[in-house]
Amino acid sequence: MEKFTKLKGIAAPLLVKNIDTDQIIPKQFLTTVKREGLAKGLFYDWRFNVDGITTNTFVLNQPEFKNACILLADENFGCGSSREHAPWALLDFGIRCVIAPSFADIFSNNCTKNGILTIQLSIEDIEEIATASPTHPTDINLEEQCIKCGNLKYSFNIDADVKNTLMQGLDDIALTQNIQEKITDYEAQIKKLKPWL
Amino acid sequence: MTQAQTLYDKIWADHLIAQRADNQTVIYIDRHLVHEVTSPQAFEGLKASGRKVHAKNKTLAVCDHNVPTVNQASGITEPTAKLQVQILEENCQENDITYFKLMDKRQGIVHVVGPEQGFTLPGTTIVCGDSHTSTHGAFGALAFGIGTSEVEHVLATQTLAQNKSKNMRVIFKGALPKGVGAKDMILALIHKIGTAGGTGHVMEFTGEAVANLSMEGRMTMCNMSIEAGARAGLIAPDDKTFEYLKGRAFAPKDKLWEDAVSYWKTLPSDKNAHFDKEVTIDISTLEPQVTWGTSPETAANITGNIPEPTAKNDGISAMISYMGESAGMKITDLKVDVVFIGSCTNSRIEDLRDAAHIFKGRKVATGVRTLIVPGSGLVKEQAEKEGLDTIFKEAGCEWREPGCSMCLAMNADKLEDGERCASTSNRNFEGRQGRGGRTHLMSPIMAAAAAISGHLEDVRKYL
Repeated sequence: MEKFTKLKGIAAPLLVKNIDTDQIIPKQFLTTVKREGLAKGLFYDWRFNVDGITTNTFVLNQPEFKNACILLADENFGCGSSREHAPWALLDFGIRCVIAPSFADIFSNNCTKNGILTIQLSIEDIEEIATASPTHPTDINLEEQCIKCGNLKYSFNIDADVKNTLMQGLDDIALTQNIQEKITDYEAQIKKLKPWL
Repeated sequence: MTQAQTLYDKIWADHLIAQRADNQTVIYIDRHLVHEVTSPQAFEGLKASGRKVHAKNKTLAVCDHNVPTVNQASGITEPTAKLQVQILEENCQENDITYFKLMDKRQGIVHVVGPEQGFTLPGTTIVCGDSHTSTHGAFGALAFGIGTSEVEHVLATQTLAQNKSKNMRVIFKGALPKGVGAKDMILALIHKIGTAGGTGHVMEFTGEAVANLSMEGRMTMCNMSIEAGARAGLIAPDDKTFEYLKGRAFAPKDKLWEDAVSYWKTLPSDKNAHFDKEVTIDISTLEPQVTWGTSPETAANITGNIPEPTAKNDGISAMISYMGESAGMKITDLKVDVVFIGSCTNSRIEDLRDAAHIFKGRKVATGVRTLIVPGSGLVKEQAEKEGLDTIFKEAGCEWREPGCSMCLAMNADKLEDGERCASTSNRNFEGRQGRGGRTHLMSPIMAAAAAISGHLEDVRKYL
């Protein structure tokens, strides 16, 4: 997994509440057996009309935002289906960070596993960044837990473990396998205590 | 004396292994369910890193999301779906994982199959690359959906790194009125607390009405706890739970069964256990529920009206516009094109019996396409044994083969642009059942009433 330390770029505002993972990546793209190549399906029903023609009104289709690497959203972003295709599609499109007042649990977990930073800020702060962007790029420093955009400056909170995972780009499975002995002990123990399992 | 614990606290404590170098807590996973859509990349990752499946006998696989629900005997024709199922089959074969293939009568929707096979047991941790894994919480199991990276992690280690959630108690007060059931209860709860109302929490559903629900009803309730944002939903195991599981293929037998039951009886929350959050909902006057918008929290009484948008930008106007409604209109004035009875929320035998009871001796309204999709081959067999299929067919419904079908429209069962559907599934998001499709969530009897009337209807008229 690619490390996340700093990120500087354009933040695209998509200030809608409860954006679900069905919107982020519709079902027809879930038949893939690969992690890559999902950018084309990102927000498909909003980016393209029924004939597959690009819609001018959607934020990521506007020239100043089409190279965005940060997404600004409203509360409960990523609710619904557990599909990891949602962060894969964001990543493939070039989005490495989502800022919203709140996130759905499974989605934010899936983001961490893919080196995408999710930051919680109040909607008022997010609206300020949205106004300043795209004239100013947004600058994120994970180590210092701060965001800058033009004259605006915010600090954010993040779970220490998540921060560590992102900054070091840790291999999640290898970390667990380092305590394999304890897993083996646990398995021996439950074999005795709960032999029906 | 040990501190009073909730059901969740107890299961959590029983599965704690240790902390890793990065301070994350590692918990053991007793049961892992796998399906074709969220697993190929996990198996691929495993292979690429030279890792092996750690506990194949704790893993059960089934194809369900993209399978056709007609003519399954001739196989899958859609090439990408066919490939995905083929890859699942190969992965299961290579790793010696039990797999129920198409046409095996044990095949069906993963969250119907797990309980039906007794693979789901109280006090266990259960995961699957599907958010509706919360369904299994009906058995007093800690069950939740995970992403594909976590599927790979579980395959490789039979564990997950996770932080503990908070405890939330939902108290359903009062007795259920006629025509109202588990689906209405959970929709009313989601309406009350919102789709993020349970975020960061594991919800335990309590109250006499919950205890009185059948196992099928409890599964419907826990299934949709994710729609309230909860990590998982839980219901304390009781005699009804044990009765349901006894004798099922993967359930323990003889002495092991007795030992298991004594352990399961220790699981319910202690009397003075602490809950971080508590919600009480009075159901004694609850009406049948139906959603009008594109979020499950838009549940309303069937006798109600489409709301008027409020001054601030609350999304109501956008939802009304997408749904092709007008503010203030009566909900029962909405005509339906399609009725879907199925999904991991409502495709079990009791759901089909309830729906059949409404359809019996009646006809589907002209122009309404009605799909009845059983949750598994075994549900289908049982329904046919009871003659439910005949009732459905005589009423003018299509009797299909098992799968996820129109709940997420990954197969051929989907809505056309602008079509309105009365659906027993769990999500009414924009385009969920097909681009431009309009979904109204409701119980199986309410969906049956809509099929007969040709519009959203109060099922109590048919009782």
